[in-house]
Amino acid sequence: MTLDFSLLPDGGMSWLDASGPHSDVVLSTRIRLARNLQGKAFTGRAQPDDLESARDQLVAAGRDTTALKDGAVFHVDGMERLDRLLLHERHMISRELAGLERAQPVRHGAALLTCGDLGLMINEEDHVRLQVLRSGFALSQAYTDIEQLDTELGTRIPVAFHPEFGYLTACPTNAGTGLRASVLIHLPGLVLTKEIGRVLQGLAQVGLTFRGLYGEGSEVVGNFFQLSNQTTLGKSEGDLLEHLGTMVRQVVEYEEQARAVLQREAPAVIADKVWRAYGLLRYARSLSFEETMNLLSGVRLGVGLNLIHDVSVYTLNKLLIFTQPAHLAEREGSALSDPELPVSRANHVRRVLESDAARGVSGGDGGPS
Amino acid sequence: MQCDNCGERPAAIHLTQIVDNSVTTAHLCEQCAAEKGVQTGATIAKFPLSGFLASVGQGAAAVLPEAADAGACGSCGATLQDFRETGRLGCAHCYATFETHLRELLRRIHGATHHTGKLYLETAPTTASDTPRLLTELRDRLRRAVEAENFELAAELRDRIRGLE
Repeated sequence: MTLDFSLLPDGGMSWLDASGPHSDVVLSTRIRLARNLQGKAFTGRAQPDDLESARDQLVAAGRDTTALKDGAVFHVDGMERLDRLLLHERHMISRELAGLERAQPVRHGAALLTCGDLGLMINEEDHVRLQVLRSGFALSQAYTDIEQLDTELGTRIPVAFHPEFGYLTACPTNAGTGLRASVLIHLPGLVLTKEIGRVLQGLAQVGLTFRGLYGEGSEVVGNFFQLSNQTTLGKSEGDLLEHLGTMVRQVVEYEEQARAVLQREAPAVIADKVWRAYGLLRYARSLSFEETMNLLSGVRLGVGLNLIHDVSVYTLNKLLIFTQPAHLAEREGSALSDPELPVSRANHVRRVLESDAARGVSGGDGGPS
Repeated sequence: MQCDNCGERPAAIHLTQIVDNSVTTAHLCEQCAAEKGVQTGATIAKFPLSGFLASVGQGAAAVLPEAADAGACGSCGATLQDFRETGRLGCAHCYATFETHLRELLRRIHGATHHTGKLYLETAPTTASDTPRLLTELRDRLRRAVEAENFELAAELRDRIRGLE
């Protein structure tokens, strides 16, 4: 089966449009709520039949809500690995739902119901994970949307809830609100000024945690960090979001200060660094994924510092998605193991940057003349 | 450049320290740096907190008694031993079966055991003492439903508020 993204009006990527607040530093905001069906074993201990009936029940209930009534269903358990990876790279399903680990293959009944920014991951670690993904720094708007979906869904399915412990989840780290909010943030200034370790340690002390680009268990690449709340019980949703929001604003401020320091103390070094990154992306003939991520980070910094005008943040966001292995393989019709992928990646990046440069304002400050 | 410490592996970490106003720089490989307890951005980045067993670590295991002490969940058959191995409970009923142990664990993870967030209205027990909290929650939701012009939900909520008052 080939994955048909035309089912989704925007290809599921409106969150990349760089329209949200602080979108040069904050790429996106995600919130998820973990919920389980009453009286059913959690997915890890459930039988295949139970997982299937849970899926059918949740898809039907989801389709009955205002937000998801026109949603598309993806039966993840019936998909090829490449397609599952594609959904994961697009940030629409988690690594666990995609069944990408050998030790943890795709679960029976794993599915995604999605419409616009909102979606339900079905038969993940919990029976259902409601999720919302928005462009830029938009915690309160994202929560308004997902809260309404949760309330509607809760009238249609019986949810496991405990008067003391709140919403019950397979892992006690998610119990209570079941809420994990995360903000995907680009921090090259703090990395270059070597302040990042201190900032991350500070965040840990105030109950926040960080992960890489793809969430839990992923490595930090291209200076992208996902900051999220560590605890879910004992505080209300509003308090959790407010706390995260305050801290993210603080981190954005630190990042802006770090960038100002870099520009003041080492303008030539920074200009050279960002233009070298641009030059490599624009002219290289073979690019690995990691190298591409790091170079995109440099160019993104250049755009943020107003040094590079030849490319938009939206284009950089799209490159972040379309240079990933599964997206490239799908575009080229090749296998994930194809040794030519780095060449295809470089070709793709070159074409995109050329067309942006041809359309856009030419020559930034200090750029090649 | 070779590592200053072992002289074998290439230096990957350049540690600059200021002690008594004098600056020293040590060039270390990742392994020697780790042995010396240097925590770098790279090591932090490579090992993100993945799951609660990793983050809570020994603390969680110490709280949980031996599997034999707590028996198995009457609903799904999971034991504390299963939980210790997978980090996941078997079903909602496990929370009741292992309540005492889990309360302590939740306290360690979250610093709290009492949910103070959104109430699930369909099943939350509505004893007399819960009524004021429930009414506040319902009125709050009614306000939001009206703001969002979701009148169907608003009517449903209004009826429930009347029923409780």
